[in-house]
Formats: sequence, C-alpha cells, structure tokens
Amino acid sequence: MKNFLSEKVVNLKPSGIRKFFDIVSEMKDAISLGVGEPDFDTPWFIRDEGIYSLEKGRTFYTSNAGLKALRQEISNYIQRTQGIKYCPDSEIIVTVGGSEAIDIGLRAVINPGEEVVIPQPSYVSYEPCAVLADAQPVIVNLKAENEFRLQPEELLNAITDKTKVLILPYPNNPTGAIMEREDLQKIADIVKEKDLLVMSDEIYSALTYKDKHISIASLDGMRERTILINGFSKAYAMTGWRLGYACGPCDIIKQMTKIHQFAIMCAPTTSQYAAVEALKKGDEEVEKMRQSYNQRRRFLMQAFKDMGLSCFEPFGAFYVFPCIKEFNMTSEEFATKLLMEEKVAVVPGTAFGDCGEGYLRISYAYSLDSLKEAISRIERFVKRLRHSG
Amino acid sequence: MRDELLSILEKNSRIDFKELAVLLGVSEEQVLDEISKLEKENIICAYHTLINWEKTDIEKVSALIEVKVTPQRGQGFDHIAERIYNYPEVKSVYLISGGYDLLVTLEEKSLKEIAGFVSDKLSTLDSVLSTATHFILKKYKDHGTIINKTSKDEREMFTP
Repeated sequence: MKNFLSEKVVNLKPSGIRKFFDIVSEMKDAISLGVGEPDFDTPWFIRDEGIYSLEKGRTFYTSNAGLKALRQEISNYIQRTQGIKYCPDSEIIVTVGGSEAIDIGLRAVINPGEEVVIPQPSYVSYEPCAVLADAQPVIVNLKAENEFRLQPEELLNAITDKTKVLILPYPNNPTGAIMEREDLQKIADIVKEKDLLVMSDEIYSALTYKDKHISIASLDGMRERTILINGFSKAYAMTGWRLGYACGPCDIIKQMTKIHQFAIMCAPTTSQYAAVEALKKGDEEVEKMRQSYNQRRRFLMQAFKDMGLSCFEPFGAFYVFPCIKEFNMTSEEFATKLLMEEKVAVVPGTAFGDCGEGYLRISYAYSLDSLKEAISRIERFVKRLRHSG
Repeated sequence: MRDELLSILEKNSRIDFKELAVLLGVSEEQVLDEISKLEKENIICAYHTLINWEKTDIEKVSALIEVKVTPQRGQGFDHIAERIYNYPEVKSVYLISGGYDLLVTLEEKSLKEIAGFVSDKLSTLDSVLSTATHFILKKYKDHGTIINKTSKDEREMFTP
C-alpha cells in the first residue's frame, strides 16, 4: 500500500507537553501545575446566556464572520480598551478560539517560502501553523536578562528580504512576559521601516499585573499592518466554548473569512450569544479573576525567592518561568524527576522552544491551596537536589 | 489595598498576616495597620465561622420571620429593631422594603422554642402588627459558600 500521509504533517513535531500529561493522568495524588487554562468556571451570567440562547432555539449557523451583535461588542471592547476603531462589518471575524485565528491569519497572508519571525519561548502552535501555511519559520531566542521581551536588535537580526510576518505573543505564554509602550514603539518602528505585518496574539491581554495591556495596533501607523488576535478563553474563563476573534485591515479579514467559511463555516452559535453578554457585563468578573491570579502570582514569586530559585517577575498571563540551571539538569530531566519523586507536574521550558532550556513553566491557574501543597513539594525536592549535589 | 484585603478576609478570616502581605504585595506591618484601622472604624465588625450544624449532633432550628410594625415617631424603625435584636436567640434583623418591615432570623433548639419566642415575645411587643414565620428546611448556600460543595478539578489534559 502507498504511504497516504502528508510529509509536511508527518514531519511536524508533536507538542512536548503531551508525554507528561499522559503520566500525570495515571498518577494518584499528583498535583499538576501544567494546565494552561483558568481554574475558574465561566461566570454564571455568561453560562446563563448560553442556556437562554438554547432555550430560545438559537441553534442555527450564524453568518460566517460571526453574529453582528458580537462583532459590534468586540468593536466596542477594542475601542474602550485600546482606543482602536474596527468596523464590525469588514474588519472583525469571530473564530473558533484564538488558535483558529492564528491558523487562518497565517494562511491568508503567506506565499510559499516567505518568512515568519517567531519569538520563543512562546505558544507551541505558531511554528506548526506557519509550516502548514508553507512559510519558513525564523525563530528569535528571547532572553531572561531582557525579561523575555523582544529586543529591536534581535528582530533586526532575524529579518531578511523574505520576511513577511512578525508574530508578537504578549502577554506571553509560557514566560508571563509583557511588552510595554516603549518596547512596542521600537518594534513598531522596525516593522514599518521593513514593511512587515504583525500578528499580535493578545489572548492574555486582560491578565496583566502592572499597567494595562497596550496593543501594538494602537501605535501610530500600526493599525493597517497588524492582525490583532484575542478571544474569550483566558479573560472570561471560557476555554471550552472555543471562541476567539481577529481584527485587522479589511482586505486581510476578507481573505481569512474565505478560509473560515470553507473550513469552519462559523464559530459555535451558543458560544457567540454567551460572548455578547460577556463583553457587555463581564468587566467586574474579569477584574475579580485578575485579582485572584495576581495574589497567586505574588505567592509564587515569594515562594521562589524563599527557595532561592531565580525567577524573573512576570507581569502577564498566569505563568511563572523559574530558572533551574543551577541544578545542571535539562528542563525535561528536572520535570521528570520532580514528577516521579514529588508528584508535581510542571512543563519543561523546552516545550515552548529550544531556548526554553533551563526553565520550567508553572501555571498558577490553580487554587492557592493546591499551589501551597505543590510549592512545599517543590521546596523539598530542591533542597534534596542541592544537598546531594 | 483596602478593597482587596476586605474581599480576601471576607472569605477567609483566619489567613495569617504574613500570607496576606505576600498576596497583597505589601509589608506585614501595613497589613496589621490596615486591619486594626478597619476594626476601629467598625468596617470589620466581627470574625465568624460558617458551621454546617446538620453534620453535628447539635439540634438547631432556624426560621425567618417577617414582621410588620408601626414605626414610632422620631425614631422610625430603629427603636423596635433594637427591642428585637437584643434577644440573644435573634441572629439577624434587617429592615426590608416591600410587603413587610423587618426580617428577623432566629435560631433555636426546637420548633417549639421558636413558636414560643414568636407568640410570647415578638407578637406581644406593642408596635408589632403581625408576623409570618418560615422555617428553614435546608441550607444550600450561606455567606457565599456552597454548603456541600465537593470541588474537583475537572479540567482534562490537553495539548498544547
């Protein structure tokens, strides 16, 4: 029989997190700090709206780009948080999670062989999505000493005459890094000079612990060269509803909608109705969750300080990214040993790019009680390692 | 910090100062200082424990009593409210808008004792016009806490 598989797909590396989770799910009393989704339930008023839409029999497809009312609310939201105006009719598309927006966004703009600059450590999907879109991924290795912010010279070094897109993943998963206005301005200047397009993945925008998040699209001259991606999963604890969106120049959104209509048709209708309500009335609930994450973040930072484990202070998302280089082990060795000996699951930094070597991703989307238990186990583990070393 | 401090304490008054300081990102002294201010200003009035009495051997019966009263000249409802809340078996007294005036919650050892309180003490007060007593059969949620909550992390493993 012929080999029916696509070489392109076969050659994609599977996600590095999988292996760990398989072990964790079999293990009794294991504490996982590995999951990248909120521990909160979706706020009740949002769920209630979903239920109501089902009761009303709103079970049909929506228009391809998404419910008009939802696109209007997204437009309002971006305007009130970022001061950018997007036309609900032509510049916004509702997608199946932010991840679909990444996929169709890249497919809509890439010609074979064009280069996509991907700063790492970052979310695991950018590289495979770029490859599937026939792009050539160009990795930029971010550094802890720069708090994992993209530096202008790092970007300049990555740019060639084939470069088309820069992916800007801030607030960042897995490092928790953010980019502030002055950081963004320097990047924006290069992007404009080199005539690039930015895909700004702002899925964690509601979860920052310093100043409010700033979108690169809000900087002068950037709106027309940015695809802004966001969604409901992280801010509203709506991961399972699978709902995200992209905003951008109408010619790009038009092509994205084309792929979306053929591949997906439309995002889930129930989720869209619920999301309208989330954007209308959700600010207070989001703030409560943000406050809670912030408390846990402070707790973890203090715990690492007490342990003497070096960790830069993250100001976004719900991850910390401590450094374990002092133990002379790879991230994977450390994570495996920690899981086997103390039954705590964390994700090796290398799952998010080779430059994640020497780091761990620890999610604080867990209750304080779980975090406390996990920290006491990690502390015991670290002491033992130092003692034996 | 005050609002955040209050919202933590409202859920967990036993949390220690050191941990509070970490969670709020301030010093322990600042936490101590703020709490003593809040106590002095009577913003923090008391620290209670939510107990699920049903799981103990101690018998308790609770009732909500709607009370209609005639307000008194110059004092409105305050005077009669005070007369009522001074009884130690009275757990709470609220002034309510709508069909009646005061909502009184009562906790006693038995149904009979509650009946006795209503007929002997409450109804005989001069300004009380009428009462309606509702017994509580089961508490599902109290002070924002679901009584029989079994919390389990139902998130599945997934990649990425």
